[in-house]
Amino acid sequence: MTALHTCTAGDLGTLLDRGEVGSLEITEHLLARLEACEPRIRAFLSWEGEDARARARASDERRRRGESRGPLEGVPVALKDIVAVEGQPLGCASRILEGFRSPYTATAVRRLEEAGAVVFGRLNMDEFAMGSSTENSGYHPTANPWDNRRVPGGSSGGSAAAVAAGEAPIALGSDTGGSIRQPAAFCGTVGLKPTYGRISRYGLVAFASSLDQIGPLARSVEDVALFLDATCGHDPRDSTSLPGGPPAWAGRLAPPEGPLRLGVPREFFGEGLAPEVREAVEKALRFYEQAGHSVEEVDLPHAEYGVAVYYIVATAEASSNLARFDGIRYGQRAPGAEDGIDLYYRTREEGFGPEVVRRILLGTYVLSSGYYDAYYLRAQKVRTLVQRDFEEVFARVDALVSPTTPTVAFREGDKIDDPLAMYLNDIYTIPANLAGLPALSVPCGFSPEGMPIGLQLMGPVLAEERLLQLARQFEEGHDFRGQVAPVETGEGRSS
Amino acid sequence: MSAAWEPVIGLEVHVQLGTASKMFSPVPYRFGEEPNTLIDPVVWALPGSLPVINEEAVAKTVQLGLLLGCEIAPVCKWDRKNYFYPDSPKNYQISQYDQPVCRHGSVEIELAGPSRAEMGPHREVRLTRIHLEEDVGKLTHYGKDSGVDYNRAGTPLVEIVTEPDLHSAEEAYAFLTCLRRMLVHAGLSDCDMEKGQLRCDANISLRPAGSGKLGTKVELKNLNSISGVRDGIAHEIRRQQRELERGNALRQETRRWDAEKGQTREMRGKEEAHDYRYFPDPDLLPVRISEAWKAELAATLPERPFDRQRRYLERLGLPYSTATVLIGEREVADFFEACLTEGGDPVIAGNLVANDLLRERRGSLAELPIGPAEVAELAGLLAHRTIAHATARELLAEIVQTGGSPSALVRERGLEQRSDTGELEALCREAIENSPKAVAQYREGNAKAINAVKGQVMKATGGKADPQVVNQLLEKLLAD
Repeated sequence: MTALHTCTAGDLGTLLDRGEVGSLEITEHLLARLEACEPRIRAFLSWEGEDARARARASDERRRRGESRGPLEGVPVALKDIVAVEGQPLGCASRILEGFRSPYTATAVRRLEEAGAVVFGRLNMDEFAMGSSTENSGYHPTANPWDNRRVPGGSSGGSAAAVAAGEAPIALGSDTGGSIRQPAAFCGTVGLKPTYGRISRYGLVAFASSLDQIGPLARSVEDVALFLDATCGHDPRDSTSLPGGPPAWAGRLAPPEGPLRLGVPREFFGEGLAPEVREAVEKALRFYEQAGHSVEEVDLPHAEYGVAVYYIVATAEASSNLARFDGIRYGQRAPGAEDGIDLYYRTREEGFGPEVVRRILLGTYVLSSGYYDAYYLRAQKVRTLVQRDFEEVFARVDALVSPTTPTVAFREGDKIDDPLAMYLNDIYTIPANLAGLPALSVPCGFSPEGMPIGLQLMGPVLAEERLLQLARQFEEGHDFRGQVAPVETGEGRSS
Repeated sequence: MSAAWEPVIGLEVHVQLGTASKMFSPVPYRFGEEPNTLIDPVVWALPGSLPVINEEAVAKTVQLGLLLGCEIAPVCKWDRKNYFYPDSPKNYQISQYDQPVCRHGSVEIELAGPSRAEMGPHREVRLTRIHLEEDVGKLTHYGKDSGVDYNRAGTPLVEIVTEPDLHSAEEAYAFLTCLRRMLVHAGLSDCDMEKGQLRCDANISLRPAGSGKLGTKVELKNLNSISGVRDGIAHEIRRQQRELERGNALRQETRRWDAEKGQTREMRGKEEAHDYRYFPDPDLLPVRISEAWKAELAATLPERPFDRQRRYLERLGLPYSTATVLIGEREVADFFEACLTEGGDPVIAGNLVANDLLRERRGSLAELPIGPAEVAELAGLLAHRTIAHATARELLAEIVQTGGSPSALVRERGLEQRSDTGELEALCREAIENSPKAVAQYREGNAKAINAVKGQVMKATGGKADPQVVNQLLEKLLAD
């Protein structure tokens, strides 16, 4: 039998169904793998082995009684430290929430539980999802499993690294401007951001409410579909959640019927795109052409304003969303305050890291009286123009194909002192968030230095199924599926 | 108030809507509960929690707008008002900035008349807008420490903003009284000021009488009772007048009314005004208010109190004071109208309800064993002069306690009014003989002196004589 940590969730499901392995055995194996990898990777902020084992035992018990809840029954799913799980820490990798445990469970997590998944762990991230390298974690950075001197991307860097290192078959991430797709690309995993509203945000700590979406990172397209099947669907607790019940995409991953028209946005191939990334994406385009699809260049004339619009809208919303972290009701409270206002100042000054402070200040500024029209209002108008660009393009093509990121994973420390350079990492991923569109990143090659490269597929709203089918078709034509990074484990307890 | 200055007053009234749950979460709100027990992840602003609009609160705001003749927005949206204060769990309040549920409209008020029995002038006070928002928590200070109770946080709150249309403390008082009656009648809020269900701030300025320009305005807060509104505003008007007459310029500021000391004190100046950084709340979708929904909501609204007052005066011929008592509470007015349905004469039944029933009532009318049918029956017995008013009053007091049919009780106890002139005439002659002094006074032209004689007859019959018949008999006998 292949080592369990290299199995995809789909593979594990098959083994579990055949009775060849139990959830507890899988969970024990992954916990051992995690112990072995963590000294180098540091994808997790914390994990509670006993809780995971208890969940696995409960799953095995259900299976024994013939009450399996579906294809994820008994499959471990690791969680980014941004979703609420009753009784578990919820910190967004921020010092301001140190010691806080959530008294309630997020809808997406509850649905994973209801699907039988063994949810576990608190995965590292950029503090409050603000960053593209996980270097902004309030605790420690996470290493890219393919080269430990490089970043895993962010903000879902812990999620991508854990999946790439074989510490979990699937990890929950969240994507506000590329926070699932960019780390997925950097770590050689699949990652999908659904259409805005597909997965309930109830229990997802808000960074920028109009952009945030939960989504999966995994080592196969099928696993991504399994996660979506379990978590998508209307939730009355989230007013922005879309109507409709859960999908059933995992069983519909055959290649798309008939040839599709694929658009290549000219603007995504300009200055700043690394040659090895360009080459890998062009190769992927040739693959799709050979598979019978047509490829044409299209224009997204307002895409170039995406980053600017994003850093106004997202920071404005964040400045308000993060106001609740004040030390009054929960989380850290700075000692020695003279009065209520002083308590705010001290708690927030001590609790938030520099990038979070930068964005709160930026967001506060753009909403201020006298600047609102010039920044926030104008940004919203340009956001509408970006949306229209996509509407026009999707009247002509079925999906867009592009690089996920301009470069492969960069070295730790390379960009941390240059916020603008860091922000430009998300130049290809941000437009999908601004327009609320589904987009995924699938591995499409390696750089000469051996770093993974991601291919981004974007579709019109609600076109997840088409994107999954296209990605699956690509996956079947290559051998990136299921790839686990060659992590040097400490004592070889796991391999 | 010197004639030289005209006060200009605008009010901002906050009213908690009486809904089953809070504005954005399924938790209920009740006054006086153990602190921080009426909370959930949304009210507590836990990370990851999201608001969901309470449709009942929107419905009640639309109903208020319909009652007050407002334009109802076809689409209204939600905005965040950002400010840091420990009573606000999210450190922003979800409110409505530029698309409130209601705009314009007015509140009809009645000012004091020349006497209690006469109607005072009515007029309309124009409204600027009514928007829906959430209430905040409550801070309590203990020495150096402070406690915060979030039970109240998230309760649906409407803010009703008037035009600067009021010109005296009395008008402000009348406005609040009339608005409160309207809200309570329609079942939109209990408006108990002691429980903070209705709160009022006033913007007050003075200008030279006849001037079209507005003077420097002062915002007055902490007006915790309806009389507090009247006293606080009256005091602030006098303070401003004194300053102006001394030649001092007023500054734009917020002042606090201290009811115990009877004075207003500065809270903050204009330079400390907040920048609330309003922006549309991305967690909430705009709400559509369709014509069909409005029609449905309008169908369940009661008649406005002043419309009832007019109907009672003009169509039913009730005296002003009776009509005004009846419209004071919707339950009372409804009870009265049910008496009419049961066949009661409006004036007699109105009098029984407004004077006798309300005196005997403890708690809700619905809980009493007496119903509109019994009151209508009593009214009928009075109308047919079967019983005397005093008897009716006693019977009513009894039936309020123990129930029973008025007609049956009258028959059983022989309480029929005596109008048998033969028997009464004998009693009248006897009374005349026994009251030489009163008779002499009457004959000297003091018409009222006859009442003493009449009293004796009534006493002799145990109050069952028809007073009109006795009157006629006495007048006839004394004229002989």
